[in-house]
Amino acid sequence: MTPGQRRWAFLIAMAGLAAFYLWGLAGLPGFGTYLGPYGNVINRIAVAQAKATGVVSAVNFEYRGFDTLGEEFILFVAATGVATVLRRLRDERARDASGEARDEAMDREAPPTSGAVRMVALALTGPTVVIGWYLASHAQTSPSGGFQGGVVLATAFILIYLAGQFLVFERISPAGVTDAVEAVSAGGFAAVGIAAVVAGLAYLTNFLPLGTTPGAVSSSGTIALISFFVGLEVGAAFVLIVGELLDQTLLLRQGSR
Amino acid sequence: MQIFPFAVVAWILAVGLYGLVTSRHLVHLIMCLIVVQSSTYVLLLGVGYKTGAAAPYFFDIPAHTPAVDPVVQALALTDVVVEAAVTALLLAFAIQAHKRFGTLDPQELVQLKG
Repeated sequence: MTPGQRRWAFLIAMAGLAAFYLWGLAGLPGFGTYLGPYGNVINRIAVAQAKATGVVSAVNFEYRGFDTLGEEFILFVAATGVATVLRRLRDERARDASGEARDEAMDREAPPTSGAVRMVALALTGPTVVIGWYLASHAQTSPSGGFQGGVVLATAFILIYLAGQFLVFERISPAGVTDAVEAVSAGGFAAVGIAAVVAGLAYLTNFLPLGTTPGAVSSSGTIALISFFVGLEVGAAFVLIVGELLDQTLLLRQGSR
Repeated sequence: MQIFPFAVVAWILAVGLYGLVTSRHLVHLIMCLIVVQSSTYVLLLGVGYKTGAAAPYFFDIPAHTPAVDPVVQALALTDVVVEAAVTALLLAFAIQAHKRFGTLDPQELVQLKG
């Protein structure tokens, strides 16, 4: 198919899509008019029932916890997939990793990281860890949770990479440890569900004491626990992915194709 | 009837799809896929919005304050993170495609197959 034909086929398909979209839009209530009962019901009951003031987290880790378990394993499989796809090929060997990553295409040294970048990255590392930890541990309170906290925690590792070099990044996040943290925390989420089954309840039932003050850090039972596991899992997965991608810059190919 | 947000959804979707169809570079293709997926976030948050309602966090507002739908927000939030990981996987495929075939043009890659 030539690019011209491709464009025509696209335009015809888009015309069809637009027709269906407009048809569907005609049946939608206008923006700002919410009809579904589900969101209103959850907003009404979640604070009293789950003792969580962050209703989005309550939905994620309690009401739709099983669905989030699936999402978490998509993340797990994607990280595993990156590690598998980027495994070392037979004709590749590691570049002497003592130096910084090189600009392979031009076969010259990558410019050294400037002192300003190093300083800013170092100065931001501590606050980033604190913010990530705060987000991962306050799912039940405020707009936060394991997904956001995990990504912020992974950012701290990337800042350390920016401040130092790949070797430092590898030393502070050895692949074995990152893999183990990722696996244990992904399994931890599933294990919280199984613990409820062992206690004679349905899978992922909130079986821990809920506390009395909605929104307190100690409240909401398994929501906080699951959020913590998700935070570790997301953080480890992103550190793993970034490490694999950075690793690619250190590969040398024997014989060029 | 206020439909501007839904028009934005359609525009983001159309722009992303156009990029997908005409792309000549795998990394560009993956970015277009992200644009397409972004339209779903706008749609999700759009259908859950209620005029004049608060965010669904009741820490410092009284319970029973009208709030927007938390379910679609939860969907969008997990989706953003999962999308980032899946994008990394796709970029890893692009790296391997470049190593094997020496090109990142999807239209050349199709011709190489066989």
